[in-house]
Amino acid sequence: MKDGFLRFRRHRPAVGGLALLLVVLLAAGLAGLIYPGDPFSIVGKPFQPPFGDHLLGTDTLGRDLAAGLLHGARTTLLVGVVATVIASVVGVTVGGLAGYFGGWLDSLLMRFTELFQTIPFFLFAILLVAVLGSSIGSVVFAIAVVSWPPMARLVRGEFMAMRNREFVQACVSLGMGHTRIILLHILPNTLSSIIVTGSLMVATAILIESGLSFLGLSDANTMSWGFIIGSGRTVLRTAWWICAVPGLAILLTVMAINLVGDGLNDALNPRLRSL
Amino acid sequence: MPWRRSLAYALRRLAQAVPTVLVIVALNFLLLQLAPGDAADVLAGEAGSATPEFMAQLRKTFGLDQPLGVQLLLYIKNIVTLDLGYSFRHGMPVAQLIGSRLGPTLLLMVTVLLVAVGVGTLLGAYAARNLNRWQDNLISMLAVLAYATPVFWAGLMLIVVFSIKLGWFPTSGMQQVAAFHEGAAKVRDIAHHLVLPAVTLTMFYLALYMRLMRASVLEQFSMDYVVTARAKGLTESQIARRHVLRNAVLPVLTMAGVQVGGLLGGAVVVETVFAWPGLGLLAYESLFARDLNLLLGIFFVCTCLVVVVNLVVDVAYSLLDPRIELR
Repeated sequence: MKDGFLRFRRHRPAVGGLALLLVVLLAAGLAGLIYPGDPFSIVGKPFQPPFGDHLLGTDTLGRDLAAGLLHGARTTLLVGVVATVIASVVGVTVGGLAGYFGGWLDSLLMRFTELFQTIPFFLFAILLVAVLGSSIGSVVFAIAVVSWPPMARLVRGEFMAMRNREFVQACVSLGMGHTRIILLHILPNTLSSIIVTGSLMVATAILIESGLSFLGLSDANTMSWGFIIGSGRTVLRTAWWICAVPGLAILLTVMAINLVGDGLNDALNPRLRSL
Repeated sequence: MPWRRSLAYALRRLAQAVPTVLVIVALNFLLLQLAPGDAADVLAGEAGSATPEFMAQLRKTFGLDQPLGVQLLLYIKNIVTLDLGYSFRHGMPVAQLIGSRLGPTLLLMVTVLLVAVGVGTLLGAYAARNLNRWQDNLISMLAVLAYATPVFWAGLMLIVVFSIKLGWFPTSGMQQVAAFHEGAAKVRDIAHHLVLPAVTLTMFYLALYMRLMRASVLEQFSMDYVVTARAKGLTESQIARRHVLRNAVLPVLTMAGVQVGGLLGGAVVVETVFAWPGLGLLAYESLFARDLNLLLGIFFVCTCLVVVVNLVVDVAYSLLDPRIELR
């Protein structure tokens, strides 16, 4: 563990990413303190440029952009994390069962996974939200549905590699049940890969969420970065900062998460060279 | 007879693709069931614009009074005969509508794929040859940035800089409507409109292929055949050109085939930003018009497109690389 920490610290971009991520988390956590009240409330004239009365200016209806940005950070991070957790549980279950039991179950589950990988995932997410209605729940659901396949493939590979290792055979010879072997012995050994892939999935989830809200498929009652961009798109010519600011926030957050993920990969899987 | 073998392989892959397409149709049917209102409401598109007679006819064609299993079979029959329904919003059959929008999307996608794979592999190879020098660091840093940029945001910012501030490129559309260009002028006009959407969509995939190519070149350089080539006295650049790059590019090509589905999703966003009149913009319009049936049709056609592209890539691959086992 200590080695892993040292390796992470040596990875300088990852440390930078972590610092950036902490800033975003802090902003999300302190949103209520810095900007108490409703981020949807109108504070002044619309289309005010940044660094005037309000730090980042106001949007098309005169809402404070900085307040929206901080409150939106909560939604965006929450959607990313929750969708990733759901997708990971599904992916680990499917991949774990396929890799551990093999045989017909493996081919069935993998055909299923391949099918989901063939589908144009963003279109599928659009379709799901369109059918289920644009609430925050259906957005999370849609992102989770389209992002589990890579996790399933990864976990399947790990489980297949572990399946015939000595420690698993020892467990079998001790008379342990499948459930115990899977949950207590194989799963902990695959955890580092799952964490690395999961952290990168959060970044992808945030990108998908922002894309969906850009197309108008976000919860109109919840402030998020994608929502601000979607509402500012029509006035790009006159007030470009309404789109630019939250987009930059997404870029920096996603980049921070990716860098941390790369650093975690080096720290937790020192023998595995990632791309 | 390598050609005959490849043909047999292609046919076998085609047979494997059939169940995939059928499952997609079933998925569409499921989504249709989940949507509010009965299937006829959804199929008629915008509520209220269809006549009661037409609704009754729709209910009959889709057998909505029959059990669910029969409904599914009827739905499959309709789709397989390429009857995707009728869009009242656009006043024409869905299949025809999609056909008319396919061209621009294909133009955009092919351009993006060619540029992303071409430039991406070159940059990746260049970065790997200059490992850990400033060139490598610069390229890798740009890749990290491109990797994290939301597609629509990149598009909007390019519009702000290159269309609104500098005025170099048009903000939207595929050609100047009022100009009625013909021949070479028309091609030039379309190419001029294509630049910004293509660049927007290319960035992410360029970064992806660049990272892949870099890793792939590094891996190939550690292979035994490189040692052999060195031992027989080839220079490093000869080894790179004649031996390593050819092998290193293969995984990138595989990935490019896999990414077509993602590319189509990106096309929805980019076409919406630039009002590029392709399938993606059609999807956005149908979303706005609550024309779910049209959206389902687009989804179906796009999935078929991905299946076909994957098939073509696999078969082309089997011709390019004789080591691939044709199972």
